Amino acid sequence: MPLSEQNLARAEELIARYPQRRSALLPILFLLQAEDGYVSPAGVAQVADLLGLTRAEVGAVATFYTMFRRRPVGKYLVSVCKTLPCQLRGAREISAALAERLDVPLGGTDQSGMVTVEEVECLAACDGAPVVQVNTENYERLSRDEALRLVEALLRDELPAPTFAAAGSVTEPSTASLHWRLAGLGDPPAAFGATAAAAEPAATADGQPAARRIGREPSPPEPTEQREAGEPQPAEGAGAAAPEAPTEPEPPEGSGEPRRGAPVDRDAEAAHEAPQDEGPAPERGPSGSGEAGR
Amino acid sequence: MTEQVRVLTSRWEDDRAHEIDRFMELDGYASLDAAFAKAPEDLVQLVKDSGLRGRGGAGFPTGMKWGFLAKGTGKPTYLVVNADESEPGTFKDMELLERDPHALVEGVIVSAYAIGCRTALIYLRGECGWAGRRLQAAVDAAYDRGLLGRDVKGSGFDLDVVLHRGAGAYICGEETALLSSLEGQRGQPKLRPPFPAVEGLYRAPTTVNNVETIAAVPWILRNGVDWFRSMGTEKSPGPKLFSVSGDVRNPGNFEFPLGVPAREVIMEAAGGMLEGKTLKAWTPGGSSTPMLTGEHLDTPMDFEGITAAGSLLGTAAVIVMSEDVCIVNACLNFTEFYAHESCGKCTPCREGTDWMRKILLRLETGQGREEDMDTLKDICDSIFGRSFCALGDGATSPIVSALKYFRDEFSEHVSGGGCPFPGSRVVAAAH
Repeated sequence: MPLSEQNLARAEELIARYPQRRSALLPILFLLQAEDGYVSPAGVAQVADLLGLTRAEVGAVATFYTMFRRRPVGKYLVSVCKTLPCQLRGAREISAALAERLDVPLGGTDQSGMVTVEEVECLAACDGAPVVQVNTENYERLSRDEALRLVEALLRDELPAPTFAAAGSVTEPSTASLHWRLAGLGDPPAAFGATAAAAEPAATADGQPAARRIGREPSPPEPTEQREAGEPQPAEGAGAAAPEAPTEPEPPEGSGEPRRGAPVDRDAEAAHEAPQDEGPAPERGPSGSGEAGR
Repeated sequence: MTEQVRVLTSRWEDDRAHEIDRFMELDGYASLDAAFAKAPEDLVQLVKDSGLRGRGGAGFPTGMKWGFLAKGTGKPTYLVVNADESEPGTFKDMELLERDPHALVEGVIVSAYAIGCRTALIYLRGECGWAGRRLQAAVDAAYDRGLLGRDVKGSGFDLDVVLHRGAGAYICGEETALLSSLEGQRGQPKLRPPFPAVEGLYRAPTTVNNVETIAAVPWILRNGVDWFRSMGTEKSPGPKLFSVSGDVRNPGNFEFPLGVPAREVIMEAAGGMLEGKTLKAWTPGGSSTPMLTGEHLDTPMDFEGITAAGSLLGTAAVIVMSEDVCIVNACLNFTEFYAHESCGKCTPCREGTDWMRKILLRLETGQGREEDMDTLKDICDSIFGRSFCALGDGATSPIVSALKYFRDEFSEHVSGGGCPFPGSRVVAAAH
């Protein structure tokens, strides 16, 4: 079964927090995703039984939210914010470069199953533009090359410290660990996350540790050269980074995430649709300290 | 010159303020005794008298919203905190939760006591890892110290707080959609009336308030209505967080009294334009509020002032665009956002946002036609006021305002066979 007996007990713990059982659906889907790496069809059936819902009802919810995945996600989920303040500072060049490096379309997972890269909408950190997240922790004001170095480290299963590490921010060592925490169950089991901390923290574009706070000293203008240069468009990145891809028969996860504008019947299908693996299930590191760097 | 103030940001410079002991050294939780010494209805009256208006975008008077809560229904009353901050350009609530998470917990305790709520739920954006850890730790610490749970601080008042993570959906910032999501449904808005104050979460009386709103309540209790009203304007009193991003030298959050001229926020606090750039357009309250231009820099940033200038204060999220930003490109970026985030419930928004996206894309890529501008305006007219919730209205804001101020630039995209700006970034990465 997708949710182990032990985790079914944790699911009951989540249910008990709410005045009505169904309110625990989102947390339980995160728990399922922590265990299976995605919202698996078998998991949908199990959660439906648990909450007294139909599979269609659970599928309809699972497909509505972008953080629920219909295909396995890598150990590291790299999310590049594409909304205007980040785009103004070069976010689209970053996402295209990362997709090209991983040789996947946006939303895809590299062959080793280690890194998934996606473009996402505003991450509520616009003063740190361009914002890249690894497992929802921020790496701000990265240049294209710095973002590439970040991904190189992740491919080696090394996790650079996030921008606000000095102030206490910690990156979840795996997506399994992330999803466990999003379920609201506190610190994840050690088995969900051990990662070698990379020696070098990810520096910001100007080489300064970012200090996001009010009244920050004016910083020198940096990353705007890219867009002023009017560089020729990278042809090789164009195909790799096509979030719309309307004609693709089998859109990659991320771009093919259920469009909420899609006809409703897709939601009902979702419960029955067996997601085809495009990549292996997420790697889970050996047990060890999941809280490295804290 | 308007001085920046330090109310909600007063503890942000302290790098230990997120720890409960340090928070209490800094007078945190000091408002609880004062609150429990008052009758709940007196607290509601206090918030009414303060003139505090919701900081989540709509600016509805908070005390009045609380006053609408149905009484004697035999059902529990719920306080739901909207921490699903996702309006493009807005990053105030997340920084507040990262820097000073107990400020929200303190506000939740006082507010819940005022409205007779025993279970408060905080709907936090799932994508914000650090804010989530900080807030979870703050809630846990408050339980450990007897500030949450049974008999809060010996007052006889019981309060449980549930921290609930969203799963990636902008629409869940809309209060009825948020409640749907909390109930374990798709995050789609519900018809109003009945309003949440009468039938909200589990069809029980519910108030949904923004993080910044709730965090302001203890300050009103501690320092009084007159103090609160000494900041801001008659109709928009108090301090406010302004998030400034885009082409400025010093992007960040700044706290000013409402009514501060936009010029001081953008050109002084945020350091002015990046070197060598001039201002072209700015949003006063996130992407859902109509863009303004350099001519509007002396507009007072309060609910009335910005409305008079033809826009909305929204979340006070100022996105600054310089002369070298293609306005069609900017509209395309925002419209991609709305097309992606439209929940699909109502036709004008679901279909209209995607049509607008396609038209803007063809303008940007040299396939535009002269009639596209009228078509865009026509679609906006079909969405505005006809969509189920405010998401659709917001989606029309960038386009309608861009056509108003920069129509010639749209025409150039047609006559010139595409985007006249070098290195058009949407095209570079996405298409």
